[in-house]
Amino acid sequence: MNEFFSESLLFGFTLSVAAYAVGVAIQQKFKKAFLSPLIIAMFLIILILKVFKIDYETYDYGAKYITYFIQPATVCLAIPLYKQFEVLKKNPATVVVSVLAGCIAHLSIMLGSFYWLQLDETIIRSLISKSVTLAFALPITEELGGIGAITIIGLTIAGILGAVVGPGLLKACKITDPVAQGLGIGAASHGVGCGRLVELGEVYAAMGTVAVSVAGILTVLLVNIAVMWL
Amino acid sequence: MKYMFQTGIIFAVTLIGEILSQVIPLPVPGSIYGLVLLFVLLLTGILKLKHVEGAGSFFLVILPFLFISNCVSLMDSISLLGENVVVILILTVVSTLVVMIVTGGVAQLFINGKKKKELAIKEKEGTVNE
Repeated sequence: MNEFFSESLLFGFTLSVAAYAVGVAIQQKFKKAFLSPLIIAMFLIILILKVFKIDYETYDYGAKYITYFIQPATVCLAIPLYKQFEVLKKNPATVVVSVLAGCIAHLSIMLGSFYWLQLDETIIRSLISKSVTLAFALPITEELGGIGAITIIGLTIAGILGAVVGPGLLKACKITDPVAQGLGIGAASHGVGCGRLVELGEVYAAMGTVAVSVAGILTVLLVNIAVMWL
Repeated sequence: MKYMFQTGIIFAVTLIGEILSQVIPLPVPGSIYGLVLLFVLLLTGILKLKHVEGAGSFFLVILPFLFISNCVSLMDSISLLGENVVVILILTVVSTLVVMIVTGGVAQLFINGKKKKELAIKEKEGTVNE
């Protein structure tokens, strides 16, 4: 099968679009946060490639053209940030200080587990960016020399966990204000968490989006300082 | 034609971000420079929302999909995890929950503080009125 498809740019591309469409359809049918179309598509494609004994390289020959668009799409995150700027302007200290505290807590756990639990440095380098959105996290991992796949695993778990247990857990901790809940879930669980916040209400979603952007930018800055101790 | 123009602007900003990341010796990805640049251009009014919004919304909707090939690459790299799987899982779960509670908790403290202040001001005004 490899020879047949290795010349075809459209194979990887078409398979990706079709698998993602199936993922979207499944999510819309069951409406569950953990049924991320991306994860469904990933399992479907891996299954198909394994069954037909097709290499990842053969698939990526066409699929890599999809990857090229990550950069301009990430730049577009400036648009919701600009639209939410009014929300940010109203509570600037609350947003920046709380998200900064979250980012520092995350980096401390990562550095702490490196020093005291003697964890592998590559794992830390791969997980250190895992609470921010994929578009930020993956380039950070690449710059730090981590393994992108570990980042994606960590990121996926962080997203699903926040979306599923986030609102309940925060409520149990007496963190009940929509602004605080939105910030907490946005800072810990990026876009997947925001998907859940949209269901809860507009203030939740707006604060979530702001937290995702602010956490992304702060993490880029702080990670560069943190890795000096690795 | 409108979308063509918007896509052109987005690509140009992305390109400038890429050049900046090559020139500035910091490990910051080019897309982040591009994001900040586009944000500044919008804030200063050099670019209006209508110059980027249509094509921009499309890119944002398909953003998760664009990572599909990175995700599928798991099939080759999952063996790298090996015995570290448990460690990665625990570290991920613990750090996620801590970040959520710390961020939410600090924000809640701020909000409680603000509410108390407002209450205090109201009470003060109340006594003045009496």
